[in-house]
Amino acid sequence: MIDKRIASMREALTDVAPGSAVMIGGFGSSGIPFELIEALRQHGAGDLTIISNNAGVAEEGIAALLRDRLVRKVVCSYPRSQGSIWFERLFEEGAIELELIPQGTFAERMRAAGAGLGGFFTPTGYGTKMAEGKETREIDGRGYVLEHPLSADFALVRAHKGDRWGNLAYNTAGRNFNPVMAMAAEVTVAEVEHLVELGDLNPESVATPGVFVNRVVAQEGMN
Amino acid sequence: MQRLTPEQMAERLAQDIPDGSYVNLGIGMPVMVANFVPEGRDVIYHSENGILGVGPTPAPGTEDPDLINAAKQYVTLIKGGCFFDTAESFAMMRGGHLDIAVLGGFQVSAAGDLANWATDNEKYPPAVGGAMDLSVGAKAVYVLMRHTTKDGQPKILDECSYPLTGTGVVRRIYTDLAVIEVTDAGLQVVELHDGNSFEDVQAATGTRLLPPAA
Repeated sequence: MIDKRIASMREALTDVAPGSAVMIGGFGSSGIPFELIEALRQHGAGDLTIISNNAGVAEEGIAALLRDRLVRKVVCSYPRSQGSIWFERLFEEGAIELELIPQGTFAERMRAAGAGLGGFFTPTGYGTKMAEGKETREIDGRGYVLEHPLSADFALVRAHKGDRWGNLAYNTAGRNFNPVMAMAAEVTVAEVEHLVELGDLNPESVATPGVFVNRVVAQEGMN
Repeated sequence: MQRLTPEQMAERLAQDIPDGSYVNLGIGMPVMVANFVPEGRDVIYHSENGILGVGPTPAPGTEDPDLINAAKQYVTLIKGGCFFDTAESFAMMRGGHLDIAVLGGFQVSAAGDLANWATDNEKYPPAVGGAMDLSVGAKAVYVLMRHTTKDGQPKILDECSYPLTGTGVVRRIYTDLAVIEVTDAGLQVVELHDGNSFEDVQAATGTRLLPPAA
């Protein structure tokens, strides 16, 4: 019997070791697994590499991990947002490493990892600083940059609904990075607003098939 | 010199968005363009986080916390709109499926190079987001920016001094002083906003401009 349900957010993250690379789904405040991030903060493993589009604002989400100095490196496309005080403070102190990736390359590198590809050539960043030190190639008269797959030890994602096989459906634009991250990590943990019975999800609306998901946890209302 | 307000700049650019276009609006001044597209034109707005058919700001109390635009503001979905994941969203951008991208700019060069993601201040974190993907992928890139910096330095230059977003990608530059087209012959002024002479605009520019046809 396949049952990926885990009773609590904390239990779902007990094997996150110091130094782990953790993908966190979401964009701005949309589709963010806030409860899993809080559980990760309470878990306390440090020296983390956080792979997520943004770096949190105010004291919320990833910003709280930064504030508690649990993060060694941020891999993202857009760390600077209105209110991203903790990222900005640590960056200015030189207390955090930043790997900045154009957003489409960022998503596609994770998709490549999940899809078993060794990389891809993209026109994005060709002729810019982003291409420095990377292999380039001209294809049909246009310049491209070789980009490698990006994987992680864990992916924390959030969905609107999920079932015990790990099938996930999202709410509106809350989908964003969650499907590619679910594909790309060794262990994918999904925070769901509603845990539903097998067969309750419309098969046509499953955006992340359960094969990509290892653990499913219902929201506890902890935030 | 007469300078347009940001609203007037957005309104001017909006006139050049044809009926039936798929358009991506960047963070900052560009998102204001949606407010000024003339009535009767069907324009479909794309948002990098996975939306085609971005609609207006929701009424207070009806916000969906997951339904935001690239600037992280609450938006709505128009009839016929749809959602998709980030990889598919950037396939639309990079793959040449969007007609127009309107981007902000720190600097634009005479050759149409764009710099808009990093400055030379190492304490100020860079942020690229979707700008590089849009600059290479959209069929046309329009830059909407002030003609000069806050302290009066030109932003249109022989060469960009800040790190580039894309090389030779800009089609048109809409500033508070003029509309400029990037052509093989050089930067062609196509429109001077009321009250500005070509000489005034040239003096505020760090590279040679071609005067508008008489």
